[in-house]
Amino acid sequence: MKDILILFAHPKFEQSRTNKALVRNVKAREGIIFHDLYERYPDFHIDIDFEKRLLARHEVVVWHHPFYWYSCPPLMKQWIDLVLEYGWAYGPEGNALRGKKVLQVITTGGSEKVYCAEGRNMYSINEFLRPFEQTARLCGMQYLSPFAVMGTHRLTESELEKHAVHYQQILTCLQKGTSIHSLKDCVFQDDIPAFKNLNLT
Amino acid sequence: MTGSILFEAIIFLAGAVLCVPMAKRFGLSSVLGYLLAGILIGPFLLGFVGEEGEDILHFAEFGVVMMLFLIGLEINPKDFWKMRKTIVGMGGAQVAITMLLSQVFFLLIGFDWKIALTISMAVALSSTAITLQTLKEKGLFDTTYGASSFSVLLFQDIIVIFMLGVLPLLSNAVPAHSTDGHGNTANLLENLPLWLQTLAIILSVAAIVLAGRYLMVPMLRLAAKARVRELLTASALLIVLGISFLMEQVGLSPALGAFLGGVVLANSEFKHELESTLEPFKDLLLGLFFMAVGASINFMVIGESPWMVSGILLAVIVLKALVLFVVGTIFKMKLDQRLLLTVGLAQIGEFAFVLLSFAFQLNILDKGIMDMMLVVTALTMTLTPILAMVNERLVLPRFGTKESEKRPVDHIAKIHKVILVGFGHFGSTVGRFLRANGVEATILDHDSNRVDFLRRMGFEVYYGDATRVDLLESAGIAEADILISAVDHPDTTFELVKIVQNKYPNVQLMIRARNRYDAYELLNMGVENIYRESLDTSVKLASDVLSIMGFRKYTLHRQAQNFIRLDEKALRRMASQPRHEEAYIFKAKEEIAMQEKLLEEDFARGFFTDDHHWDSEQMRLTSNTGG
Repeated sequence: MKDILILFAHPKFEQSRTNKALVRNVKAREGIIFHDLYERYPDFHIDIDFEKRLLARHEVVVWHHPFYWYSCPPLMKQWIDLVLEYGWAYGPEGNALRGKKVLQVITTGGSEKVYCAEGRNMYSINEFLRPFEQTARLCGMQYLSPFAVMGTHRLTESELEKHAVHYQQILTCLQKGTSIHSLKDCVFQDDIPAFKNLNLT
Repeated sequence: MTGSILFEAIIFLAGAVLCVPMAKRFGLSSVLGYLLAGILIGPFLLGFVGEEGEDILHFAEFGVVMMLFLIGLEINPKDFWKMRKTIVGMGGAQVAITMLLSQVFFLLIGFDWKIALTISMAVALSSTAITLQTLKEKGLFDTTYGASSFSVLLFQDIIVIFMLGVLPLLSNAVPAHSTDGHGNTANLLENLPLWLQTLAIILSVAAIVLAGRYLMVPMLRLAAKARVRELLTASALLIVLGISFLMEQVGLSPALGAFLGGVVLANSEFKHELESTLEPFKDLLLGLFFMAVGASINFMVIGESPWMVSGILLAVIVLKALVLFVVGTIFKMKLDQRLLLTVGLAQIGEFAFVLLSFAFQLNILDKGIMDMMLVVTALTMTLTPILAMVNERLVLPRFGTKESEKRPVDHIAKIHKVILVGFGHFGSTVGRFLRANGVEATILDHDSNRVDFLRRMGFEVYYGDATRVDLLESAGIAEADILISAVDHPDTTFELVKIVQNKYPNVQLMIRARNRYDAYELLNMGVENIYRESLDTSVKLASDVLSIMGFRKYTLHRQAQNFIRLDEKALRRMASQPRHEEAYIFKAKEEIAMQEKLLEEDFARGFFTDDHHWDSEQMRLTSNTGG
């Protein structure tokens, strides 16, 4: 069993119905470190050494955040800017994260329909997440197909519950080291051509 | 001149109103102003006040009683207990050595041993009124000098009881002048055996402590409930008068009793009411007291035997100063603190008036000696404030902690010069953070222990009173960009602000304010950058409480910023509104009114729930656009 580090960034978690449902049964799970960034660093003063030590101990990292203005909330970006240091996470001798897996878990207000060339948002989720994907790649990490809970404004309670169960299943997979693609029901954002053919474990 | 009370009152008040501002203008303490006013209106210059000056003196001694009551209010019983070693040690040493040396001196110049002993007792005591008033005016209470002075004075207040008790034993014959009318010997217990007297004394002290808790506080509550303001004033006066009366009945010093009463009430909810109510009375009575001292200087006696008077005067001051210096050395005070103490307590105090006239009634002294010693006492009281000034201006800058110290000019400090006034708890944090960022502020502080320490740490420090223009100038205010005031005492802060605004309008002021009132004052003075010590920290504490209760930290962080911003806004708005004079006197009431207004505003604003950022509910209701 591998320990999973969930880096969770939500500026108003207390009012997010979707994320509360997703996180509810995750927080206390064995083998999961739920790292609530906005709770830990309300003043954006990130403890870089602590974050690095935390990363070093975990093989699997989850970036969990709502999708704001086609990106992550600012503290998540702050985390990337500060923690993924040159010479440690990337660059010559920057091998600290090499081989680790990253799963991005996001929630969006807009439904799947609007995230395509014909939709209002023109581009797919994967296209919007390219900077994250490339960030992971630059650090030598394996960027897994993102898991997105979409159309959150219109989700019914039962749909929400289903997504929460999927999140649980994904985490179990990652802990066991089995392929997440065995999870037939879970919807992964997966229009990344290069990844389609890889055996993502 | 005339016996009309009205006329006398006018003379005293006019003397005060004329002389004190003048003294202040020349940088002298108000005590000296009052003393000079007294001399001016006294029998030997303008002659407005004659023999009745002495009666006024006895009446005005009540100011000292009130002062000690107010000081007692400021002292937590626990702190008082902590001071006991200094009080007994320093005070005891001072009184014992002074009496010994004085005894030798007066025997040598040919006095009878009983007379010499009586005079020595008087000489050993210093003036609580002058010293404490000066300490308060200069804000030196929290320095080593301040604490030691206070301890010594307190011990003297206690020991004077025993002195008054011993005096009758020295009496040669039946009291001849028993109807002197001063009443300070109208002692119920005079004829009782010693053990009964002692018991009565202990009982009356216990009575004060018990009455404080079970009589005075309920009485004040009752008075407060009646909602008639003057009733509280009446109760406050009643308490002080009552204690004084009880103390006089058992032969204790009323001042000591009042002090005790103050300490007992220090933790009661009426502390501030009592303070604001009694403060004006105390100030006026003390002023009157100092004027009466000035008026009672008998220049005839000086004229008759000028050499004798000036000889004794000189000897007494030198002797007292010497002892204080030695005691300061024994108690390891630093040289300049020691010098302050030496000069500060070198006068004979107001208890001498009581002791000497009592001794006169007991036939120990004859009128000639008493008059001469009274003159010497009054003169020492007048001279020591002058000596203190000389000490501060001319001696201290040369010895001990120097006012300034030459050191290589700092290259950083040159670009942006910052002056930091006050390096206490508040200022030190400011200074440390500036230094952590490579900005070396020039520091001004009035505590020499601190100044020495800071100099060792490599700071550029100037020692002295920051409201002195010459000190500010030598600290380089002319080239400074910013002046930070971290001063605790609001009067000093205001004074400093006025000086800098007038003379150096280009210096940006960053001012610490203790509370809302001080902030109002500063805002109305035109200060823009005001830092209330009771704002940010309190909000942080409340945020942490809410966090423990389950609120999200980031939300609290944002709300705290909002709250602080709104509070600053409200402060600025309320500062521009005129304040009711009446309410101003009644501080506590004003504070409640203000809190009420703030809470009303908070309530009108509603809770912080109208923060719709990142709120998906809002979007759910309208459409499903965006991210």
